[in-house]
Amino acid sequence: MISEVLAQLGQDLGADAQRVSEFRGNTRVHVPPAKVFAVLQSLKEKHGFDMLVDLTAVDYLYYPDATDRFGVVYSVLNVTTGDRLFVRTLLNEPNLKLPSVFSLWKGADWMEREVYDMYGIRFEGHPNLLRILMPQEFAAYPLRKDYPLRGRGERHNFPVITRAES
Amino acid sequence: MPLTEVEPFTATESEQREYHWTLNFGPQHPATHTTLRLLLTLDGEKVIKAVPDIGYLHSGFEKLGEDLDFNQYVTIVDRMNYISPVANEIAWHHSVEKLLDIELTPRGKYVRTIFAELMRIQDHLLNVGTCALDLGAFTAFLYFFTQRERIYDICELASGQRFHSSFSRVGGVMADVSLEWVNKVRAFLKGFPRAHADVSRLLNRNRIFIERTKGVGVLTREAAIDLSCTGPMARASGVVRDLRKDEPYLAYPDFDFKVICAQAGDCYARYRVRMLEMQESIKILEQALENIPGGPVNAEVAGKVSLPEKMEVYGSIEGLIHHFEMVMPNRGVPTPTEEVYAATESPNGELGFYIVSDGSNRAYRARTRPPSFIHFAVFPYLIPGHTLSDVVAILGSLNIIAAELDR
Repeated sequence: MISEVLAQLGQDLGADAQRVSEFRGNTRVHVPPAKVFAVLQSLKEKHGFDMLVDLTAVDYLYYPDATDRFGVVYSVLNVTTGDRLFVRTLLNEPNLKLPSVFSLWKGADWMEREVYDMYGIRFEGHPNLLRILMPQEFAAYPLRKDYPLRGRGERHNFPVITRAES
Repeated sequence: MPLTEVEPFTATESEQREYHWTLNFGPQHPATHTTLRLLLTLDGEKVIKAVPDIGYLHSGFEKLGEDLDFNQYVTIVDRMNYISPVANEIAWHHSVEKLLDIELTPRGKYVRTIFAELMRIQDHLLNVGTCALDLGAFTAFLYFFTQRERIYDICELASGQRFHSSFSRVGGVMADVSLEWVNKVRAFLKGFPRAHADVSRLLNRNRIFIERTKGVGVLTREAAIDLSCTGPMARASGVVRDLRKDEPYLAYPDFDFKVICAQAGDCYARYRVRMLEMQESIKILEQALENIPGGPVNAEVAGKVSLPEKMEVYGSIEGLIHHFEMVMPNRGVPTPTEEVYAATESPNGELGFYIVSDGSNRAYRARTRPPSFIHFAVFPYLIPGHTLSDVVAILGSLNIIAAELDR
């Protein structure tokens, strides 16, 4: 089933643009950032992958043999057949932006905000790309590998607002 | 004499006239049960818009997951959805075992399945209980909390801790269960149906409860899929999907149970789905408990995958060396340099972990797919048009656990 979808995707969007790998039953499609939206749109509209299960990112800064800095992983699911597919793309500084998939799945809203909050990857076309877990005035991206585990002392230096000012 | 004619307001007019209120709901409010905040825009008593504000409990669990090894991180995972802690541990180690390609022993599978189902009951008990409590039904809450205590006792007997059990380990569980434990679960199974029936009778046809929940917060099937809903939320909207059946794991293929679904998608449907799911869990528990296979509970102890038993560690030099090798940062099990995603059907929905491994004995990236986070994003779509008092009903039916929401 999945192999048919992949063959069709290759025909539509060019086989050179994507690489397929598999590990313990997870089928992954590796796509360049420019084609991510086209691939996901085709998966949703033509192949019935109607649920975006998860959207996350990985910082490959200290990863062995890594060539690129960030990876973004979209996990999509076909609710009818139960097929899962993982769409991966790699990003490098300073080009940390991807088209938002909010227009395809409304569920992408908070997931994209979280990835932006934690990694600083911007999703263009997102209606409200603000930090979601960290405070708005937070300057760093805490899940990046160059951000220390214990933080940089922000916790002790938050501006204190008194009742009179609020 | 006719009353003076009053010109009725339409929504747009009232908007122009700035009749709107902004109400701050939370972060400390008895009905949120946890620390989350809602900014509600009100037109009279009607909610026009809701903007959730989260992050109050953000404590960097995923960052910690990159610093602790596969067994240590269990204590953190425990604290995500602390209403059903062992379900999180099972989900985490399910992913780790998929990464390391470990096959559990039959006994290990059964013990974990029993715990997973106990946790499902525990989670649904709290959710139904507090939802009823918020809507004014105090008795149901007390009946169900008594049952939760029984499950805490079962956890305590198996792991030594009532709340955050940290019971699961890579390749098995912390310690094998005893006959006393089995009897304790049996006693729980005997007493539970009565409490369940009591609460069903209290709520199912309770006029106030039905008025407050039926037709409130309707989520259609299409919207549920579009908004990535899973678990009871999706099943109450007619999405027939349960990972226990669709992607069988642990010992679930061995058992006979039904996937509970509803069509309506409102708060009452979600309540009913949770109530009936508890009965199915009881069915699974009865089958599992009477058929626990013998043999070791931990996988491949000789192959040095799981930790040795404590008696062996304290009693023999080989056991001590084995344990030492397992927990040393530069030793342990060889892991592939790969990425894997595995999910389990947690009480709240699909709880998955995306693990990136760099070959060491800790995760390079430990992403959680938290059902609470995804379900809370649905809230702004459910509330518009309902009254302020419905906020509590909808929030209760979503089962938001802020520790998992913010991680």
